[in-house]
Amino acid sequence: MNPTLHSILAFVETWWVELLCAVLIVLVVPLIAGYIVLVERKVMADMQARLGPMRVGPHGLLQPIADALKLLIKEDLIPHNADQFIFWLAPVLSMTAALTSMGAVAFGPWFQVARDINIGLLFVVGVSALGPFGIVLGGWASNNHYSIIGALRSTAQLISYETTAGFALVSGFLLAGTLNVRAIVETQRTDHAWYVFLAPVGFFTYLIASIAETNRAPFDLPEAESELVAGYMTEYSGFRWSLYFLAEYANMIVVASVGTTLFLGGWLRPFSSVHWLGWLDAAPTLLLAAVGAYCVFRAGKQPSRVQSLFMWAVAFACFVVAAIFALASPFSHLPLEKMHDGLYGAFWFLLKDSAYIYIFMWLRFTLPRFRFDQLMRLGWHILIPLALINVVDVGVALALSSEFGLNRWLAMVVTTAATLGAATLLLRWNDKYSAAASASLLADSSVVEDPHAG
Amino acid sequence: MHENGAQKTDTLFGADELVINMGPQHPSTHGVLRVKLKLDGERVVGSECVIGYLHRGVEKIAENRTYQQFAPYVDRMDYVAAVSNGLGYCEAVEKLLVAEAPPRARVIRTILTELQRIASHLLWLGTHALDIGALTPLFYCMREREEILKIFEKYCGARLTTHAFRIGGLQYEAYDNLEKDVERFCKDFESRIQQYSDLLTGNSIWIGRTRNVGLLNSADCIALGASGPVLRASGVKWDMRKAMPYAAYDQYKFEIPIGTRGDTYDRYMVRIEEMRQSRLICLQAIENIPAGPIMARVGKVLKPPRGEVYHSIEGPKGILGYYIVSDGSIQPYRVRIRPPSFINLQALDKMIRGHLVTDVVAIIGTLDIVLGEVDR
Amino acid sequence: MADKSKAPQSPDISQPDVSGSSSASAAGAPPSSPAKGVAPAPLQVPLDNELSRRYRERFGAAILDALEDRKQSIFIVHAAQLLEIARYSRDEEKFDLLEDYTAVDWPRREKRFDLVAQLYSFTHNTRLRLKIPLGVEEQPSTLVPIWPAANWLEREIFDLFGITFLGHPNLKRILLPDEWQGHPLRKDYDILQQDTAWVRENLGIESGQ
Repeated sequence: MNPTLHSILAFVETWWVELLCAVLIVLVVPLIAGYIVLVERKVMADMQARLGPMRVGPHGLLQPIADALKLLIKEDLIPHNADQFIFWLAPVLSMTAALTSMGAVAFGPWFQVARDINIGLLFVVGVSALGPFGIVLGGWASNNHYSIIGALRSTAQLISYETTAGFALVSGFLLAGTLNVRAIVETQRTDHAWYVFLAPVGFFTYLIASIAETNRAPFDLPEAESELVAGYMTEYSGFRWSLYFLAEYANMIVVASVGTTLFLGGWLRPFSSVHWLGWLDAAPTLLLAAVGAYCVFRAGKQPSRVQSLFMWAVAFACFVVAAIFALASPFSHLPLEKMHDGLYGAFWFLLKDSAYIYIFMWLRFTLPRFRFDQLMRLGWHILIPLALINVVDVGVALALSSEFGLNRWLAMVVTTAATLGAATLLLRWNDKYSAAASASLLADSSVVEDPHAG
Repeated sequence: MHENGAQKTDTLFGADELVINMGPQHPSTHGVLRVKLKLDGERVVGSECVIGYLHRGVEKIAENRTYQQFAPYVDRMDYVAAVSNGLGYCEAVEKLLVAEAPPRARVIRTILTELQRIASHLLWLGTHALDIGALTPLFYCMREREEILKIFEKYCGARLTTHAFRIGGLQYEAYDNLEKDVERFCKDFESRIQQYSDLLTGNSIWIGRTRNVGLLNSADCIALGASGPVLRASGVKWDMRKAMPYAAYDQYKFEIPIGTRGDTYDRYMVRIEEMRQSRLICLQAIENIPAGPIMARVGKVLKPPRGEVYHSIEGPKGILGYYIVSDGSIQPYRVRIRPPSFINLQALDKMIRGHLVTDVVAIIGTLDIVLGEVDR
Repeated sequence: MADKSKAPQSPDISQPDVSGSSSASAAGAPPSSPAKGVAPAPLQVPLDNELSRRYRERFGAAILDALEDRKQSIFIVHAAQLLEIARYSRDEEKFDLLEDYTAVDWPRREKRFDLVAQLYSFTHNTRLRLKIPLGVEEQPSTLVPIWPAANWLEREIFDLFGITFLGHPNLKRILLPDEWQGHPLRKDYDILQQDTAWVRENLGIESGQ
């Protein structure tokens, strides 16, 4: 046999799981991102006392398909003086960075492309930090004054909050003692605590920084339509724009996954090391069965036959998935048992991921937008010092518990209290500073007749 | 989406000044308003408003219509608060005729005008919050505004440009359930205002975006002729409804909310509180709507005696005044409309100096202008 | 009725030296609007209260007349003294709000335009209307130094009537395009009239209609 073909086949045989994961990521993530958009629109509508997309497909479920089709068939516009190659390259770069960083993220114990690399999460953070390249190149290549300003603002925001996110993650790494994704989740199991409880300040700092990282409200000034600067995406339309858009949502999934892995226990079920709570293992099955039952209950109340059929179909799908979960449980003694860890782990991981992303959406529809200088002040004056103090405190707590045998929990509580005290002081100092700054800026003046007034 | 025009001019000191344009088409200028901004880096050092994109020659049209024929035109100026415009015009012509609307008409006019004030403030709140980035209050405000517009539709058949009042009183009798509808609206409205308040009032991002932004002290307000919530937010406790009461306002008890600093946050608080006070006025009014005729005997053909009159009311945006000159014929000789938005907009230049470009949108929003009124 | 003809001019208003208007002091012509061709307004009565006395004391002949129409005070003042009267009104009489500033066109009158300034005092809660008769070529001084609110209001008067204000910081058209010819609110400007040259040039169509 041809030695090249032989080596290729050997490669595929060893790495087929990883290759499958990679293919799934590239194929499925755009679809998932589209459906996350639908969920966002529905959640937005719910918070705004309305219904959201309802027309395209039952309850708007085919909306992402329609949107994707529309974007694909749109005219491809390239500005006249734009740099053609860079204009093409920029969204591709963004998308590539986002998808590649997903490679090291483990969506459950079996779904990971780059298994067991010892730099795990650092790889994720590092590769996703290549995303801003796509933004600034896109803004520059558009040959539009306002695009470049928007791109630079966006980049400034991203790299500022990268530091905060990094420090917040460092506090988690200190607790875990490793960068390896699998090992991080394992240590959370052996430590009997998710790191959000041991380092809550780290988690919340990371949460805020990740919102800024993905350009989500309240940090979405570079993208906001109602501002003068329209943002780096202005000149992009159709499919190119959809690449940027998907990159943004893929980034959201990535930061949510990193946060979940490091702070929320990854794919562990709640109280994973408490054996008498083992019945929680049945939660996925029961949850899905409950959703199915609810659909059956509502199916009879639907106004039209099509809608009843749809509800029945959804119920059926829920029951099928619940059955798979049930059959994969350790009690069934079926070959499906091998998939137990993978399935259940994926379920818990995705549940926590979804909760994290739901918080993103919730904040987007509740809070107004930061002004750019306020955004930068928040990042540099408040969050970075806070994250730094947090790292020091976590280190001190760990040192205390290992050197002096202090109870880990006690040490953590004490240092968290210290960090929160420092945070209060920081906020107070910052309020005074910003109040003074803005007061001096706008000193009272009498009405001046300016020839160009009005 | 907007005109991108940037040109550089040299200033006296040789530094480059950038002039950028917030073009007539812009998501946040609330109509066709063009603002030329002179920037020094990020800060605005000067501005110039270019208006007139919506100029329709309403005052000229008035000279060619009879008094009753002109009444629907008046709705189309401040199209967000059409009922107020109609009230001002009808009362001005009534003054010209030396006639007065009967008590029942005056009370119903008050109720509808106060509902319209609430509707106007709701629209302002929703769009202002949207400009600053809060996506949700808009929909809550629209939900309440919908209730008010339904009441208008039941009363006079139109939601927006209502032509609700006639010279001399009302054409339509209050429909059977008017009191009940208004009462039901007012009962729920307090908790709704609380909803908007919860989302915005204590929110530190909102405060950060609106505190000390667009300052206008009371001396400047009066000098520039600014009126309405802009004037009250700068600390002047004055309301035309209390100073020179019209319609039935002298019968009801309500407070005049004022601010202290004259910034965007104070204007926001003043308008929220005004909504509450309007609600109280409505509740007081529906308790006792006097019986009686709804139209004074002014005759079908209106020929006011020669002379002139100036009448102004407290519209939602400020002092809305009408100066009508009659030459004894059936058509007015001159109708001048004193537009609150036009005069408030003059203050824009003063308010945005020294601020960042991002604040310009917030400041235009806080003035609550309607271009139909600015340009007429 | 009884007020059909105006009361005779009070003795302290001697021939007002209103330039270009010789008929202004003609006996029998209503002092409220020194003009021919406009019949007197039946509801206008002469005004003689504290306020009008103070003004007359201070400005004498410049106050051409003081009237009350439908219970609203009107002073007809001479254009030459406009700035002083305005300053006095704001500073001494506390009329700190220029509520409105507009003009009315009486084409058959000698003094074609009537500038109308509506003042309001917060302290006294009173209104006052100042009317300033102007000839066609007359250029009144700007009120911007007294009430900055007059800035855009005077631009609008210039735009729609063609009255130029001396000393205005930025007198150009405000509602109509800068190159528009004609002043629409004048009575000789027909309602269907357009500046067809501007329309043709800028909109590319033959006429605005």
